[in-house]
Amino acid sequence: MIALLRRDLMLAFRAGGGFGLGLAFFLIVTVLVPFSVGPQSDLLSTIAPGVLWLGALLACLLSLDRLLALDFEDGTLDLLATAPLPLEAALSIKALSHWLTTGLPLVIAAPVLGLMLNLAPAGFTWVIASLALGTPALSVIGTFGAALTVGIKRGGLLMSLLVLPLYVPTLIFGAEAARRGAIGLDGSTPLILLAGISLGTIALMPFASAAVLRMTLR
Amino acid sequence: MALCVQDVAVARGGVPVLSGVSFTVAPRTALILRGPNGAGKTTLLRTIAGLQPPLSGRIDGAEETIAYAGHADGLKAMLSVTENLTFWAQVFGQTDIDAALAAYQLAPLADRLAGTLSAGQKRRLGLARLMVTGRPIWVLDEPTVSLDAEAVAMFAGAVTAHMATGGMALIATHIDLGLNAETFDITPYRAHPDQRSGASDEAFL
Repeated sequence: MIALLRRDLMLAFRAGGGFGLGLAFFLIVTVLVPFSVGPQSDLLSTIAPGVLWLGALLACLLSLDRLLALDFEDGTLDLLATAPLPLEAALSIKALSHWLTTGLPLVIAAPVLGLMLNLAPAGFTWVIASLALGTPALSVIGTFGAALTVGIKRGGLLMSLLVLPLYVPTLIFGAEAARRGAIGLDGSTPLILLAGISLGTIALMPFASAAVLRMTLR
Repeated sequence: MALCVQDVAVARGGVPVLSGVSFTVAPRTALILRGPNGAGKTTLLRTIAGLQPPLSGRIDGAEETIAYAGHADGLKAMLSVTENLTFWAQVFGQTDIDAALAAYQLAPLADRLAGTLSAGQKRRLGLARLMVTGRPIWVLDEPTVSLDAEAVAMFAGAVTAHMATGGMALIATHIDLGLNAETFDITPYRAHPDQRSGASDEAFL
């Protein structure tokens, strides 16, 4: 398992590995929003938590395409399916490495971009906490979507359509926790629900992903 | 322990392609599968490797014993030869890759990125992967594609050495490998395409 994680991280950081793809997209979205909304700092700080969350979600979605498709094309998935490592564990590791290369950089970049969006000072902790708790769910659900569409050439559009509804609860609770925190309210209730979603999906989704992957590999 | 296939039927895309296939591969032997294109060699091998379930019949001795090599080699272009081999060795709980490097004369290429290798060199690396799995049964689907005569000899040598240590090999190929092995022609086992059995709901099971 460690070997798979190390290989995935190594591949992500080498040329063409896709590390930074999600981060760059997140950066572009949040930098462009102030330009498109105009110089109204009140409005910006109102929408800042939502924009940060939406940007993070779309950045995650953007990088899901490569999560399993590359391994499918070069036959690695066939070989992993016959390896002693259970497919559930392999997919959990894949999701973890996706989170480490996409989700975690977003969490770290969020406070810097929050400054650009004039995020209220009270909101920073909440934005970071909600993103840190919510992005693992995005990676795990995304792995499921990737497993579902891996056999389809250029299945990116289909995957986005399948995954987006599953992302909605995470987005609602994550953005709500961040929004409440930013206006000085207590955001712990949506935060706890968000943590529940993350833990639930981390525990259950790998089994669903492995089941659909076994089917698509046939 | 042997690989024992009894009365197996396999389907591809919901259409049965082979039925009633039975054979046994005993330790220290190899079996060459033959048949024209589209006869179902790949489907049969994927079924034996556990990548898809058989329509009917039994496959014994295939649990956690098979090292499968299909048309794709499972190599990462941005990893070096050593890194690729080490990864697969670790996945199968092994550590030693030197024997595999030596058997396919990959040592001079050890630090090259797999993406910069020629097709034949990639294939040699893909076959070397079998040696680091430590599994007794090699299931190979057209292993000699893009290999030159010298590399085919290397491959035959590796299979012979594997058999000498008690291993088995099941190889689908069209060329003569010069191996001391039995041949099994799957052409007579072709299924009639009208024998559709549960094809429509197969994808949902």
